[in-house]
Amino acid sequence: MQQALINLAYLTSVILLIVGLKRLSSPAIARSGNFIAAMGMGLAILVTLIVPLSDGNNNYLLILIGLGIGSAIGLILSKRVQMTAMPELVSLFNGLGGACAVTISLLELFQYQEIFSGGSTGAVHMGKHFTTLLTIFIGAIAFTGSILAYLKLAGKVSDKHPAFLAYLNIVFLLGILGMIGYRVYAPDASFMIPWMVLSLSLLYGLTFVQPIGSADMPVVISLLNAFTGIAAALAGIVYGNQVMFIGGILVGSSGTILTVLMCQAMNRSLFNVIIGGFGGSSKKGDDDDEKVIVEATLNDVAILCRYADRVVMVPGYGMAVAQAQKTCKELDNLLSGFGVDVKYAVHPVAGRMPGHMNVLLAEADVPYPSLLDMDDANALMPETQVCLIIGANDVVNPGALEDPSSPIYGMPILEVFNSSQVIVLKRSMNFGYSGIENPLFFKGNTKMLFGDAKDSLQHLISEIRELG
Amino acid sequence: MDQIITFIAEYPITIYMVVLAIYLGFELISKVPTVLHTPLMSGANAISGVVLIGAILLVRQAPSDDYLSLALGFLGIILGTINVVGGHSVTNRMLEMFKKK
Repeated sequence: MQQALINLAYLTSVILLIVGLKRLSSPAIARSGNFIAAMGMGLAILVTLIVPLSDGNNNYLLILIGLGIGSAIGLILSKRVQMTAMPELVSLFNGLGGACAVTISLLELFQYQEIFSGGSTGAVHMGKHFTTLLTIFIGAIAFTGSILAYLKLAGKVSDKHPAFLAYLNIVFLLGILGMIGYRVYAPDASFMIPWMVLSLSLLYGLTFVQPIGSADMPVVISLLNAFTGIAAALAGIVYGNQVMFIGGILVGSSGTILTVLMCQAMNRSLFNVIIGGFGGSSKKGDDDDEKVIVEATLNDVAILCRYADRVVMVPGYGMAVAQAQKTCKELDNLLSGFGVDVKYAVHPVAGRMPGHMNVLLAEADVPYPSLLDMDDANALMPETQVCLIIGANDVVNPGALEDPSSPIYGMPILEVFNSSQVIVLKRSMNFGYSGIENPLFFKGNTKMLFGDAKDSLQHLISEIRELG
Repeated sequence: MDQIITFIAEYPITIYMVVLAIYLGFELISKVPTVLHTPLMSGANAISGVVLIGAILLVRQAPSDDYLSLALGFLGIILGTINVVGGHSVTNRMLEMFKKK
């Protein structure tokens, strides 16, 4: 009877997780989805706390202290984070989840080692041991990989990557898988092997993420998220717990499909992303045509915007860095007051996470219908007088359409050059995140407005106000 | 190879569960507007913190004098809770912005 109730409660929490995840995919009900998923998680934790166990002495005090400390840290981090730093935080959280999987599997290893050194290898259940090794492998990559992704997004680790890393990664991967396989087929071999799997996997997480960097970070975080899910599912097998198992697989598969969707948005294969196609190759154009950039004056831009029928803003990571989303909305309000149709064109991978720009603009109270996705925006471009590029670069790089030698050739972009006038707000002539030159800046209908995006927009607003 | 065959023979329900859960995950996500990609990733990330349950079980099963288990399990609980609580909380913050004004 009691066991049946517990199973039912676990089943309920699995259903809550599924319903929650489903509701998260529709804007109107997404918030309730998150709440339902949290309820499911809470129920699962509660049941885990009261489920009767055959041995052990519960140690409730320790558990409650742990839950308390973890909740406090989690809440503080999530409340304090700037909206712009959200991708980093998600990556950090994901890394901690991976670390949790590694920590609990580590203990399994210690226990196996005890049994092993006792000389009775037969007592080690090989299936379980194999699953534990896999958990450690995948969880460790998710852990160190996410932490490195966090550091890279926070700008604490540079994007440099020596070419040998790609080969080293193949060696690591084959080495780790080889050792896991060897362990299963030769259980009597030295117990050094599981420890080597652990340390190599931790190292592999770093070398796996280091070459990627650049514009592909969203894809990596999504992939590492899927890894944590798989690690949780594997740990669920070891612990014989269905909620861990189903929840983990759900995250594993949904994370994988999300990763694939992101790759499709960039018209690249996952393999290509992982090998690290971007950056490094920042080739200077092979032609020595005079490349002239034209600087715009604030007054020009103010007049252009004030008397345009339609102005389209293209936000990118620069907007996030400059915290310029509210200023964008202010400009929007001002221009709308003059009867200008103001729209925002959001590229699927603008910023450093898909939907990053939407979140920031929503924070600034930009109404949902003003946000155009790529296809709608491109259709409107020929009827647009002014395109304001606010800190976006690679997603408006026409090289992706015109130059087969460009590293991002084939990626769909916002075709801003079809509008009458492009104004690029940019801090300097530095390359974009992918480290490649942007021919857009040299086009005849492009003018540059250098400076911090927020400052430039504020100056622009006062300039337009003066026009009256 | 033998082990794999034995596994399939012994745990048919598990195999069904794996296949169906993978399919369910694909289906749930395949029709998501770009706006929700970041909150969705964050929400899924919070759910992956379900590994916390393993850490709780570990500490509950450990004898009071098994300091290694207790220490590692305690650490696991803290890490997992940060992932779960922080993940849901930050997802909620993102989604608050989509509230109808």
